[in-house]
Formats: sequence, structure tokens, C-alpha cells
Amino acid sequence: MRLSALILVPIVGSALAYAHRAAAWRAAWLLGIAAVHLGICVSLWVRPPAVELEGWLAADAPGLLVITLVSVLFAAVATYAVGYLQVESPRGGRLFATCLLGFLAAASLISLSQHFALLWVGMESTTLAMAPLVYHRHDRRSLEAVWKYLVLSSVGIALALFGTFFLAAAQVEGRPLLLPDLVAGAATLRPSLLRAAFVFMIVGYGTKMGLAPLHAWKPDTYGEAPSLVAGLMSGGLTSCAFLGVVRIAQVTSAAGAADFTGPILIGFGVVSLIVAAAFMIGQTDLKRLLAYSSVEHMGILVLGLGVGGVGSFGSMLHLVNNGLTKGLMFLTVGNVIQRTGTSQATAMGGLLKRMPLSGGLLMVGLFAVTGSPPFGMFISEFTILGATLRQGHPWVAAITVALLAIIFVGLATTILEAVYRDEPEPLPVERESALRVGGPVVLAALTLLLGLYLPAALRSVLADAARTLGGNVP
Amino acid sequence: MIAPIHDLLLLLVILTNFWVLGTTRLSATVRATAIQGLLLGLLPVALHPGWTAHTIGLAVGTIVVKAIVLPAFLLWATREAAVRREVEPLVGFSASLMLGAVAVALAFAIATRLALPDVPTRLLVPVALATVMVGLLVLTTRSKALSQVVGYLILENGIYVFGLSQAERVPFLVEVGVLLDIFVGVFIMGIVVFHINREFDSLDSARLTELKD
Repeated sequence: MRLSALILVPIVGSALAYAHRAAAWRAAWLLGIAAVHLGICVSLWVRPPAVELEGWLAADAPGLLVITLVSVLFAAVATYAVGYLQVESPRGGRLFATCLLGFLAAASLISLSQHFALLWVGMESTTLAMAPLVYHRHDRRSLEAVWKYLVLSSVGIALALFGTFFLAAAQVEGRPLLLPDLVAGAATLRPSLLRAAFVFMIVGYGTKMGLAPLHAWKPDTYGEAPSLVAGLMSGGLTSCAFLGVVRIAQVTSAAGAADFTGPILIGFGVVSLIVAAAFMIGQTDLKRLLAYSSVEHMGILVLGLGVGGVGSFGSMLHLVNNGLTKGLMFLTVGNVIQRTGTSQATAMGGLLKRMPLSGGLLMVGLFAVTGSPPFGMFISEFTILGATLRQGHPWVAAITVALLAIIFVGLATTILEAVYRDEPEPLPVERESALRVGGPVVLAALTLLLGLYLPAALRSVLADAARTLGGNVP
Repeated sequence: MIAPIHDLLLLLVILTNFWVLGTTRLSATVRATAIQGLLLGLLPVALHPGWTAHTIGLAVGTIVVKAIVLPAFLLWATREAAVRREVEPLVGFSASLMLGAVAVALAFAIATRLALPDVPTRLLVPVALATVMVGLLVLTTRSKALSQVVGYLILENGIYVFGLSQAERVPFLVEVGVLLDIFVGVFIMGIVVFHINREFDSLDSARLTELKD
């Protein structure tokens, strides 16, 4: 009941948001559905749900993590969107609210799906729901961005469907394409077809995550999409795509194919870190900078998955931290861009004086996103690095540390430029609305909390998720 | 020996691939995908002649979406556009026909090594792989945005043919979802193509070069 509701409630809300022409109603639907969704998600933690639709829907540990993360992020984005649409809504924002809620439905379907083909349907739906949001401004640059995004994501997703059919062909016993049956019958899977399935799915869902070298759409899309959309993509959509990779990894690890999948995942991870580091040095556009930071964190996620051991635990924790931090950063940058009219750090003119709240949040975000203590990412990155060493990849660990240092310098240079630049004539101090700052503040508090203290309930779900990937718990 | 009907359909799918590779007219490439969509719709009925609700539903859905609605929509988009021809592809037409032939040979070579279980006919997997490769070829070598949509459709068609080898394992509801997603996907791409045409006065995606590092 509750699992189906998590998918159906946003669908209904999305239709109603389109039906009502008054802006106040749209805001009400956005906030109302976000609140109901978050409420149901919390109830899943209190009282675990039964499986639904003959086992096609279930809230297992990885799915529960992703749907809760998406729900929290969506609540922050929805409150922010109400304020955003008051200022910038070229065509009234009807389609905008509808697509946001449509994305929530698709993301819920991905999180709860235990069937690989259903997972694919959800994944493609997110691409489609996001396209009108990316093209919100209807100008040339956003047109170019949405085209690249649509074509690359669709082709990637098509290859993932190809991989899904390979997985069906690899299966010998159990109900077709259902995750629990695939895992239970993992020993009987045909090895060569399973490997083909894995390769196509990592390329397909990797494109959607934005792993290098499949990330070409990412800087353009995040750069041109409204900031809250970019935040929802880099925090929520990429988490869903990573869940696709986690699902196939659950099957391959049960089938004992980690020797084959490990090097591929580690390779994608290291290449993503290299590309991110190379493009972040000297990048002065804040949104493109954050896009490359997203490439970096996607790399860290698959690196943790690839090395195994406690790395899987680290990756699942990193997933949560990345979602919260990316939401914090993009929403704050969105506030800044709206007031200053530019995404170039050099032209922002000393944010700490001009927009003290957003300037401060950017500084907090800088430390959170680079994995500095006391923020959550410090712990997850540290766990993954430790696993990399312990699983016998000292060179990978060394390269990763070096690249993380370069990335820190790249991010810090640009953000400090934006925050501390001294203008000869001080610009007036701007008042910031609670609707626009509330979301980022809550997200910042959550990622700080996860750095100081890991709640027991979260820890046990992270451990369960890691165990489904054949990993162990620190 | 007379070839069974499904093998004939599969060979015709290959021919439509070459038709797309060899023609300069955008509207002709769309018509070729329409015919390919029709062939794809007939395939499940030819492969599983039991007339079950599953195969009939799949056939009707595929024909409506891939042979009628999407081609009609894309033809409308080409009519609205001033540019009717693929003028400067990155790879010439004779060269891309050659590459298409290489793709078919490669597909047969790979298919014999794949050893898929319970495949209804030996031609199914090589034709599927060849169609996927031709789709990727069109996507990467043609510069008109509309040609890229056609390439995407061909890629999806190839995957569909491959999926037919696993038809019993994938439930009907999921097939409907897949078809619906592709339908909406191509529809949105068509709308974007329309906007590109209006903004840039051409359907040339190669002109989309403002965004870079």
C-alpha cells in the first residue's frame, strides 16, 4: 500500500498541478505532495513495509536509502521552487511543477523497483521528466543543453535496456529479471551473458550518472538548467542512476563475478576523478564547477563499489552525503546567481558582504563538498580510501588522494574568489527570503550531523545495503 | 527451401537499415523507419504464431507507435523545417553503406560466439546487433538533429528485436512501459528539434557549439 502510494501520490499531484492554473495551487500541490511523500518515507523507517505487487516493489536497504534521500532533497527543492517561481517563471511554471512531481514519481519507482525492466522504465521516465525543466528558460544555450542531455541520456539508457535483455538471457531459474530471484539463483547464471549484461548496464546507467568519459552532457546541462533543477539532478537523479549500478552489482557479487566487475568500476572511478580534477582547475563558472564536482563524486561512488570490503558501506554513506551536499550547493548558488545575474565567480563581487547568508552557506558547502571534517563526506571518503588500501590497491589510493587535493584547490580558489573578493565600492546588502535559504540551511545541518554522529537506524540500513553487495561493515 | 516468414521479415529489417544509410532525403529516412516499425510489429506474430493476447497486444502497440504515430510526427517536423536533406554528414553515404556492411558481418561474427539460449531463429540475434550498430552509426555520423532522432529510433528497434529473443521472460506490462517511454522520448526529441529549427534556422545539431570548456 505505502510503496505504491509513494509512486502514485506524486503522479496524481503532477496531474493536479497541471490542471490548476492558479500559481497558489501549484505551490500548494508541490509542498503538499513533498510533505506526504516525506511522511510516508519516514514511516518506512519506523515500520518496515511488506513487499507489494508480487514482489515487484520492495523497500530493501539500498532502495530505502535512495528514496529517503530523494524525498528529503525534494522537500528542500520544492520549498525553494515556490520562491523561485515567484521570480522566474517565463510561462507560468505549470509544466515546471508538473515535471518536478513527475520526476519524484519516477525516482520513487526506481528506488522501490525489484524488477530490472521496471527499473529501466523508471530510469527513462526521469530523463523525460527532466528535459522540460532543463529547457525552462527557452533560450539558445538551454536548447543546446537539453539536446545534448536528451540524446546522450537516451542512448545511454537504450544500452542499459540492451544489458537488461542480456541479463534476462543469462538467467536460468526463478522468476525473470526479479532481483531476489536473480540473487538466489546467482550460481546458475550464464557467466558470459552476465558479463555482457554488466558491461552494457554500467555504460548505460554510468552515462546517466555522468561517469567520465560518459559525462559530456553534465557540465552543459547543469550549467544551463535552473539551479534547483541542477541540484535535483546532481543530488537525486544521479543517486537513482547509481542505484541502477548497485542493482546489477548485487547480482554480479552474488554470482562471484567481482574479479571481473571490480577493475571496471575502479577504472571508471579513477578516470572520473582525473577528468574532474583536470577541468576544475581554473573553472570560474560556479555551476560548471559543481558539475565537475559531481563527476568527481560519482567516481568516488563507483570506486568504493569496485574495491569492495568496507568500500560498499562507504559508497552507500557517500551517496547520502553527496545528495545532501549537492542540494545545498546548487540551491545556494541559485540564490547567488539570481541576485548577481552571473554564474562567474569573478563577477560576484564579495558575497560575504553582499549576501552574508548565502556567502556563509557557500563557505560551509565548500568544506562539505570537499570532504573536510567535520562534515559527512569526510567520513565516507575516509572509509572508501581505507577500503582501497586494505583491499590491496595502494596506487589507486595514492592517486585518489592526490586528485582530491587538486580538486580541493580548484574548488577553493573559485569559491573564495566569489565570497571574499573586495570591491572598490561596496555593493548594497541584499535581504534573502526564508523560503530560498531554509532548504540549503537544513541540508547543511543534515550533512554536518552525519559527520558528527551516525544514527543507529541509518547505520544498520547502511550495513544491510553493504551486505547485499558482498561488502562488510567497519 | 522456402525461408520461414520471420526470417524474411528479419532480412527486410536489414534492408531498411541500408536504405537509411544510403539516402540523403530526411523524409525518406523517416519512411524507412516507419517500414522498419511495421516489420517489427509483425515479427512477434510471425515468431509466436499462437495469437495470444500478449503477442497481438505487442504487435498492435508497436505498429501504432513505431510505424504510424512517430513517423507521422517526424514527417511533420521535416515538413516544418526548411532543410530537407542531410547535406554534410561526417561520413559520406557510400562510406557509411560500407560501414553498414561491416556492421552486419561483425554482427554475425559476434552472434555465433554469444550462444544465447532458446532463440527462436538463428537470424534474430545478428539482425538485432546489426540494427543496433547501424543506429549508433547514424547517431554519430549524421549532423542533422532529425537524423539523430532517426538513429535513436533504429537503435531502439535493434534492442527491440534482441528483446524478442527473451519475449517470454519480459511481462506485457513492462513492454507497454518501454514502448510508452520510447514514444514520449521521441516525441520530446521532436519538439526540441522543432525549437532548434526555429532558433538556429536549421536542423543542424553541429551548430550547437556555444557550450564548451
